[in-house]
Amino acid sequence: MRKRIGAWVMLACILTCAWTLQPGVAQAADEPFIFGLLLVGPYNDHGWSQAHYEGALEIEKKLPGTKMIYIDKVNPADRAGVTIPQLVDDLVSKGAKLVIANSDDMKDGLLEAAAQHPDVYFIHVSGDDVLSGKAPKNLSNLMGRMEYGKMMAGFAAALTTRTGKIGYLGPLINEETRRLAVSSYLGARYAWEKVLKKPAGDLKFQVTWIGFWFNIPGVTADPTQVMQRFFDSGYDVVISGIDTPEAVVMARQKKQQGQQVWAVPYDYKGACEGAEDVCLGVPYYNWVPGYEALIGSAMKGQWKSQWQWLGPDWKAIDNPSTSSIGFMKGPALSEKDREALETFIQDLGSGKANLFQGPLNYQDGTPFLKDGEIAKDEQIWNMKQLLQGMEGQSSAAK
Amino acid sequence: MREKSETLKGIAVELCMSLGVVLAFTTAVLLLAKAPPLQGYRYLLEGSLGSWTKIAQVLTVWVPLTLCACGLQYTFRIGLWNIGVEGQVFMGAMGATAALRWGVGSEFPLLWLVLSALAGALSGGVWALLAGLLKSKGGVNEIFGGLGLNFVAQSISLWLIFGPWKRPGIASMSGTEPFPPELWLPSLEGWRVSPHALLFTVAVILGTGRLLQSTRIGLALKAVGGNVRAAPLFGLHAGRWMLLAMVLGGGLAGLAGTFQVTGVYHRLIPSISSQYGYLALLVVMLANYRLLWIPFIAFFFAALNVGSIQLPMMLQVDSSLSGVIQGALVLATLLVHGWREKAAERRDAETARRAGGERHA
Repeated sequence: MRKRIGAWVMLACILTCAWTLQPGVAQAADEPFIFGLLLVGPYNDHGWSQAHYEGALEIEKKLPGTKMIYIDKVNPADRAGVTIPQLVDDLVSKGAKLVIANSDDMKDGLLEAAAQHPDVYFIHVSGDDVLSGKAPKNLSNLMGRMEYGKMMAGFAAALTTRTGKIGYLGPLINEETRRLAVSSYLGARYAWEKVLKKPAGDLKFQVTWIGFWFNIPGVTADPTQVMQRFFDSGYDVVISGIDTPEAVVMARQKKQQGQQVWAVPYDYKGACEGAEDVCLGVPYYNWVPGYEALIGSAMKGQWKSQWQWLGPDWKAIDNPSTSSIGFMKGPALSEKDREALETFIQDLGSGKANLFQGPLNYQDGTPFLKDGEIAKDEQIWNMKQLLQGMEGQSSAAK
Repeated sequence: MREKSETLKGIAVELCMSLGVVLAFTTAVLLLAKAPPLQGYRYLLEGSLGSWTKIAQVLTVWVPLTLCACGLQYTFRIGLWNIGVEGQVFMGAMGATAALRWGVGSEFPLLWLVLSALAGALSGGVWALLAGLLKSKGGVNEIFGGLGLNFVAQSISLWLIFGPWKRPGIASMSGTEPFPPELWLPSLEGWRVSPHALLFTVAVILGTGRLLQSTRIGLALKAVGGNVRAAPLFGLHAGRWMLLAMVLGGGLAGLAGTFQVTGVYHRLIPSISSQYGYLALLVVMLANYRLLWIPFIAFFFAALNVGSIQLPMMLQVDSSLSGVIQGALVLATLLVHGWREKAAERRDAETARRAGGERHA
């Protein structure tokens, strides 16, 4: 009896396979230029991934003939057993001629996929395989100079804090996250010394890392709890470095309980929405200029493997067509501080204020920049430690 | 009673009822998500079986899932709930990674691949043995012991990835530095699934069947599982047989972990198990603990896992729907099975009462 059941099941399986294996209909010749998007978080995360998703939607309008397909939550916790080369195969089989991957974590998988699909173009956001020489010809890197956005965030935080204690909610520890935490600190210290005329030693700047770009229960530290600890121990402004909006959400709760606290979210232009009374503003990415240039060059057959690190358009940092980095000022930022920030932005743009200028020491006291020395891109990109004056870990478990 | 529900008709009826319940439930969920259900099912099917590459992807999931499920056959046979299978996959992956780290740059990559498999099986087996000893020596129920050890195993893997085995320069959630391609389990061009692993898994299924059906070990496991207290009467040392079952199960789970490292991710990552251990428990339950069904149900679950990625891509529906289907299927099966047993019992009781009544009259 059992054998007969087994035979039936097997037959059913074979029939199903045979049915679905029928050759598909060939695609038309003047098909649209399809590009695939691999998002590390949910497409509607109010943070990093949503900024990419909306940038891609905008490209569909800006570059006629393009069509976007996406897969979100591409990380081993949400999509167990799924690998990047698999997903790329999938996107390519749906006609994608270009694939964008938006997380540093996808680096190894994307290199593997790029080698397997030499006729498909790849954009790895936030990676540096082109710099390190590992990238094949069909892969480019793209990133925004968020350092400027973070300086503005730090600046606004320092002007606002009443206790002189600023918290930084960090994701995992690597060069990118270190340089962003450092930039926030430099912006805060600049405001503290140059605008408020207080000694730098009085400013406390604590970085706490949760372990990943967003909360993974049981794996990362819980960002809500980290925020709670910040607020309970006198840190009244917290700058978020993670992809999801726990910082403003928690700040809002504390505010409703009567505590005077503020937060600066990250990544996404609309991140202040719903938390107007605590949001000082948000440094955000605008992927449209970068995507437009790279996808456009691929469409025209002028693709070149390159490393793009795009900054704000200093003429108008919130111009959606030209500026890759912006700062959306939040409703909780006071009128006076708003003006000071505006001046600061102008000084950054004109080069009057250069925050990556020595003397600056690493956290352990070794010199980072000599007196008067201005950091090269490569030194900032590969930030080795946090800076002297900042508290928190410079590297993961020793 | 048992015979009745095991007839072909009985099984077919149960299967149809369970599938009906699940289909209705899933359709309702799809409708709630405002997605066309028929299209949803089509994408699931095409996304898992629609091409040879897709089938290869399904098989890549099938291998570790089937290995875990076969391992669970030994422990279930002797009456143990080896929930620690998840942690045993983790330990296997770590054992394999440890071995492969020694083999980087070696002139005999194949030798190191074999050694990594041995190390993986050994690590998984030892971890299971620990849960077994906790039970036999410490009196800790294997479910709680296993769960605890799962957390420990996962924490050790995180510690390794962020500590001693971190990448040069940066520790990252993306795992350890990938191994060079010569230390990957070889796969066929454009297929992404290792024929060796497939053959090995088939061999494991057949071997498990033979071992459980027609050897002294299989008989002993069944005897102890049937009645632990009576085991000594047959000269069987129940505790030792339990440990053996745990080691066999853990060894296979460890091999599943090894495959995840050498055949899928090519490095150790924080969620290296892909939760196949827990999923395998569902597979075995749905198979009603029968080996014959396991490869098919594992294939079905693997297909759901792989196919579900189409849902967010094509319909903007969350892919966790596959998990909903899997869970609902197991629940529905248990429910239908229980309900039918109950109904049969009631019928029997009724008949007995009527027969008794007649005798009185």
